Amino acid sequence: MTPGIHHYLVVSALLFSLGLFGVLARRNLIVIYMSLELMLNAANLTLVAFSRFNENLNGQVMVFFIITVAAAEVAVGLALIVALYRKRRTADVDDLTSLRF
Amino acid sequence: MPVLTDLLFYAFAGLALLFGLLCVANPFSRNPITSAMFLVLTIVSLAGLFILLHAFFLAAVQVLVYAGAVMVLFLFVIMLLDLRQSEERQIRILTIGTGALAVAAIAGILIRAVIAAKPLASSPGLAGETKALGRLLFTQYLLPFEVMSLLLLVGMVGVILLSKKETE
Repeated sequence: MTPGIHHYLVVSALLFSLGLFGVLARRNLIVIYMSLELMLNAANLTLVAFSRFNENLNGQVMVFFIITVAAAEVAVGLALIVALYRKRRTADVDDLTSLRF
Repeated sequence: MPVLTDLLFYAFAGLALLFGLLCVANPFSRNPITSAMFLVLTIVSLAGLFILLHAFFLAAVQVLVYAGAVMVLFLFVIMLLDLRQSEERQIRILTIGTGALAVAAIAGILIRAVIAAKPLASSPGLAGETKALGRLLFTQYLLPFEVMSLLLLVGMVGVILLSKKETE
């Protein structure tokens, strides 16, 4: 069967769910961060698929901007993790509970 | 008679999902490096899907920026922090169970919504996408494009500020 937009959207939904599962189930800050990247990529796939099947390039421009923002976000987030690790000597979310009420 | 591009779609989609699963929930290794490597493979598979969607420029950017720059940053930080002790932690069944339940619910809702949606007119055809994309970026989206460079500059300054050693 020729893959239509539904196929791409289902793949994207499954990838997003995998990323969400990683965020919920993993305890390592860096792996959680990688799962976030997976979710961003799933959203990108959706936008590119819609852009293709609607014959409209605005979706691709949006993906281009998302990739740029994600790169900046990764840099800042990893710097935060490094700074946190310097202070607390851990990157495990089970040990970072000082904001829990 | 399936066409080659159809087979390629199923191959790339299956690989992306398989590598994504191995990235977030690898039953053989809980090493962050392994996760990072499988994330690289997922991203490359997604670049393949982008090519099938005729987004050639985005596929190149995906490989260059994500699989190249971003993942090098991840690997650098993993190795800098030396996170090996996290492998010995116990996996808690309750966490995994609730996580899987929530995720299955979300996936069900998303897929149900996708299947219930009305199909778009098929037979897509955009020609010369990269050229048109560049034209769009430098005309209609010129201001966001320039603001993005400012954002990258601010991000760079922030990273330097955050990660520099505190001196007395």
